[in-house]
Amino acid sequence: MGKNLVGNHIRKLRFNHDEMTQQQLADKVGVTRQTIVALEKGNYSPSLELAFRIAHAFNLPLEEVFFYGDNTKV
Amino acid sequence: MTYQEKKSIVSLISATLIFVSYCLYMYPQYPEEGLESIETFRYLGSFVLILTLVSIVAHIIISIIFNIVFRITTREKEPKFADELDKLIELKAFRNSFFVFILGFLIAMGSLIIYQPLQVMFIILIISGFISDVTGSITKFYHYRRGV
Repeated sequence: MGKNLVGNHIRKLRFNHDEMTQQQLADKVGVTRQTIVALEKGNYSPSLELAFRIAHAFNLPLEEVFFYGDNTKV
Repeated sequence: MTYQEKKSIVSLISATLIFVSYCLYMYPQYPEEGLESIETFRYLGSFVLILTLVSIVAHIIISIIFNIVFRITTREKEPKFADELDKLIELKAFRNSFFVFILGFLIAMGSLIIYQPLQVMFIILIISGFISDVTGSITKFYHYRRGV
């Protein structure tokens, strides 16, 4: 849809965390694998609660997982 | 293609097949009495009621078959719950579906204002019910494919 301004580093972070699979991350944060796929593709901006849960799963602050702005500039 | 995308397509195809095959089955039974006869209204009433029941049962059976085929072909389990993305898409699909049905309802009422036979109103209502179902499935597919 091209209007999501919330980007993320989930894909990169999964690989840095023992090559965690999308399903493993989904189980950890309580969503379906398809939602992780949508997040990584930039097709969905998560709720604040889910964003915090994902950041918590990687033991990182929110701003190191998610960023606000045009993807091409980051 | 994800589970939800495939499910939306299956839902769309099954809704169309059920509606078309049911119409083809019921059409020859259309009463030959006058347009406003009680028998015609009984026919239209039973058409809507039976279609609703048949549609629910058929959707459940098709959903079970789809899940079995999905598990066998992809060796992946279907999601056991609906998360926030699913709920958001469900809401958008419901909104669009409801909008289409209400539009059909208003057109059906409009047909009465311009002195159309009561059968026309029934047919518009039945068709708008079908189109609203299709709209819901297409909306789900679109949002799962293109994002929210």
